Amino acid sequence: MYVIKRLITMVVTLWIIMTLTFVIMNSIPGDPFASDAKSLPEEIVKNMRAKYNLDEPLPVQYVLYMKDLLHFDFGPSIQSKTRDVNTLIAEGFLPSAILGLQAMVVAIILGLALGIIAALNHNRGLDYLSMIVAIVGISVPSFILAPLLIKYGAVEAGILPVASWGTWQHTILPTIALAVGPLAIIARFVRTSMLEVLSQNYMKTAEAKGLSTVYIVCKHGIRNAIIPVISFIGPLFASIITGTFVVEKIFAIPGIGKYFVDSIFNRDYPVILGTTIFYSTILVLTLFLIDLCYRFVDPRIKMTSGSE
Amino acid sequence: MPEVNDSMFKPVDRSRLRIRTKSRPVMGYWHEVALKLAKNKLALTGFFLLLIILTLSIIGPHLLPFTPSHQSLTEGNLKPSAKHWFGTDDLGRDIWVRVWTGARISLLIGIIAAIIDLIMGVLVGGISGYMAGRSRAGDRIDGFLMRIVEILYGIPYLLVVILLMVVMKPGLTTMILALSITGWVGMARIVRGQILQLKQQEYVMAAEKLGTSHFKIISKHLLPNMMGIIIVNLTFTIPQAIFSESFLSFLGLGVQAPTASWGTMANDSLGVVLSGQWWRLFFPALMISLTMFAFNAFGDGLQDALDPRSEK
Repeated sequence: MYVIKRLITMVVTLWIIMTLTFVIMNSIPGDPFASDAKSLPEEIVKNMRAKYNLDEPLPVQYVLYMKDLLHFDFGPSIQSKTRDVNTLIAEGFLPSAILGLQAMVVAIILGLALGIIAALNHNRGLDYLSMIVAIVGISVPSFILAPLLIKYGAVEAGILPVASWGTWQHTILPTIALAVGPLAIIARFVRTSMLEVLSQNYMKTAEAKGLSTVYIVCKHGIRNAIIPVISFIGPLFASIITGTFVVEKIFAIPGIGKYFVDSIFNRDYPVILGTTIFYSTILVLTLFLIDLCYRFVDPRIKMTSGSE
Repeated sequence: MPEVNDSMFKPVDRSRLRIRTKSRPVMGYWHEVALKLAKNKLALTGFFLLLIILTLSIIGPHLLPFTPSHQSLTEGNLKPSAKHWFGTDDLGRDIWVRVWTGARISLLIGIIAAIIDLIMGVLVGGISGYMAGRSRAGDRIDGFLMRIVEILYGIPYLLVVILLMVVMKPGLTTMILALSITGWVGMARIVRGQILQLKQQEYVMAAEKLGTSHFKIISKHLLPNMMGIIIVNLTFTIPQAIFSESFLSFLGLGVQAPTASWGTMANDSLGVVLSGQWWRLFFPALMISLTMFAFNAFGDGLQDALDPRSEK
């Protein structure tokens, strides 16, 4: 019952997001043919506008778009002319998703490990080391880190390919560039909540029973300390698997990250709406899974008042 | 069995009794927090580092006889020296002066973002997490607030920024407003998740059964127990806001050239750092890192000090 209710609300949420985006996008000045309008005769521009229904009043455009959307057709891309939005997303999503997933796995595993090590060595050398890693990780933004990685990881060392997309080796450097920031944040969250958990009575009990540290941390510690990390990675997951503008641009990866920015600057209306709906769908689904995850990790958590 | 009567008892000689008194003097909570903070060397370092950075952002630009947009093409791309402490950029502008005038914008944006995070994020996340699962009405409140969060996450941020730039004029105020609209949603999700977990604890149940008001349970019982997570998130909000500003400026939507900020300075050095002019990236990035370190160190100490269970 809860699941069905949430799925219905999700559709409504997505519809609100789509509508608001439609309104905002049409209320900013500019037009997909602004650059063509100077060089082309008026009739041609007029014809092109008619082709994409841009000559219709906005409510009509909205209804027409909704009609296509109900058939899961995101419409044509004005900028690319030969490909429609469905194709753009279908082609670009795979590289973006692979990189995003790899980066998430690296960030979560290393972040957890670093955070736990820091908490167990509270206010000692390893704790400070984790703080330094976190600070460097977050202070060097990806647009700086990526060129440095290319210079030292690819050009000078000569082992890894510089950029572009193809083999597994091509994904290593961009994955590092994407993972460093989230890794730092996850490590700090884990450290803080793990410190809190380590001071709890049940941890002392477990220790007094003679259980090993590894067992205690894995069995009792992580479960109780992971909630902030889960809250944090939900939205991150949605945005990272739908590609990132900066990293994909620098490493020349054929992902979908660039469309989120380029479409807005080109006023490529169908692409703006298509990418927004695509991203939002993944986002609301992830946030829903996160809510389910809370219960799974900590069965005491109650999400709804009704009986299950 | 002998009978017990009064004659078997005699008063204790009080002079031989040494009643152990508590060695720790009783003091107020905040007094104790301040004392613990003052004892923590790392936290103090962070605190003074922040003071130094703030002071330099005020007086720093006046220590050298240049203005932030003063150009001198004959003195372009100089290494750090006695005349130009942090070197110069390609237009011969002094980097020391630009770093400290840029500090004003970057720190302002970072601190405002943190304040909004703290107010909006904690409020929305707190109410949402606390109300969820309480009653039908509570579920609705939680659902409503979380749908708003989803919508704010979902609408393309750049569109909102461009719209704001059109409605208002481009500049610092508009950018801060743009950052404030969506900046707090991450904090709200994290606070909500923590509250969902913490409110199942026995002490919350006890407080509830004793008739403590909802507001008091949230502010006195739940929030203090998740202060660590809130502080960690805040320390990341500040650099993230500084970088959002630089990303927007990079796209031509933020502060306009020649105004300096740490983010734009780091951004501008993107092309030249590989050709050896390390100082153009190093100093702005160093300042961002030092600010981060200062907030983190101070935040860690504050978190320890606020926790009544931590000893000393």
